[in-house]
Amino acid sequence: MSAKRYKAHLSRRYMISASHRLHNDDLSELQNDTLYGKCNNPFGHGHNYMVEVTVSGPVNPESGMLCNLSDLDAFVRAEIGERFDHQNLNLLPQFAKLVPTTENLCIAIYEILKRGFNSAHLEKVRIEETMMNSFEYAGE
Amino acid sequence: MSMVYLTRKAEFSASHYYHNPKLSADENLRLFGKCNNPNGHGHNYTLEVTVKGEVNGKSGFVVDLRDVKNIMGREVLDALDHRFLNKEVPEFATAIPTTENLAIAIWQRLEPKMTAAQLHRVRVYETPDLFVDFYGEA
Repeated sequence: MSAKRYKAHLSRRYMISASHRLHNDDLSELQNDTLYGKCNNPFGHGHNYMVEVTVSGPVNPESGMLCNLSDLDAFVRAEIGERFDHQNLNLLPQFAKLVPTTENLCIAIYEILKRGFNSAHLEKVRIEETMMNSFEYAGE
Repeated sequence: MSMVYLTRKAEFSASHYYHNPKLSADENLRLFGKCNNPNGHGHNYTLEVTVKGEVNGKSGFVVDLRDVKNIMGREVLDALDHRFLNKEVPEFATAIPTTENLAIAIWQRLEPKMTAAQLHRVRVYETPDLFVDFYGEA
């Protein structure tokens, strides 16, 4: 078992808490209200986002791992946690011109991982905005 | 015909530690951190086994769930539940019992026995926020 390299997928879940308001400056007040409903509240509102990162690769026989979990944790803490946790998403540069829906947050987090995390192949990012809604982006 | 996927869950509790005898004590500690403690530590693992197949016209089943449950019990849970993986499970005499290797070992235990349906995925949760999927890919 140790000599052959098998490909496995590893997923890790992280929590971030943040606020946002869904609003598109190009639309009228009425259009925004119709499109986004209570998510358009000008004061914003917040969620505990569950961010699930999936990476894949051959399992290294020396370590029994496909990537060192502490590398992934450190990267996510520095690049995702520091950037998004306990922030108002609308005020961040990523969302200066982009509505901070969970779809767009998913894409933003995927792109940060894709650019900076090289220890394993990034498969996808899945975010649960609430227990009822989840979103996935796999770079397609 | 329609391919349907069926997933059965089970839980088992086991202890393990990570150590590669080819590395020095310092290298082991650096690579594995607190998982390197030779006395071991434990987890409540959740196992999800997914099989796939066509729905049988007579039974309406992809597979008789009792068969899946029995095979999981006999081939996996009897061998792993309440065991020290490094010392009591033959696969881990040589391989390090990481979640990755555990998913591979469980696949290899199940795959030859799962004749009633095709094994699709083995998912092992070490904790609720860490899991590994194995699809039998080399």
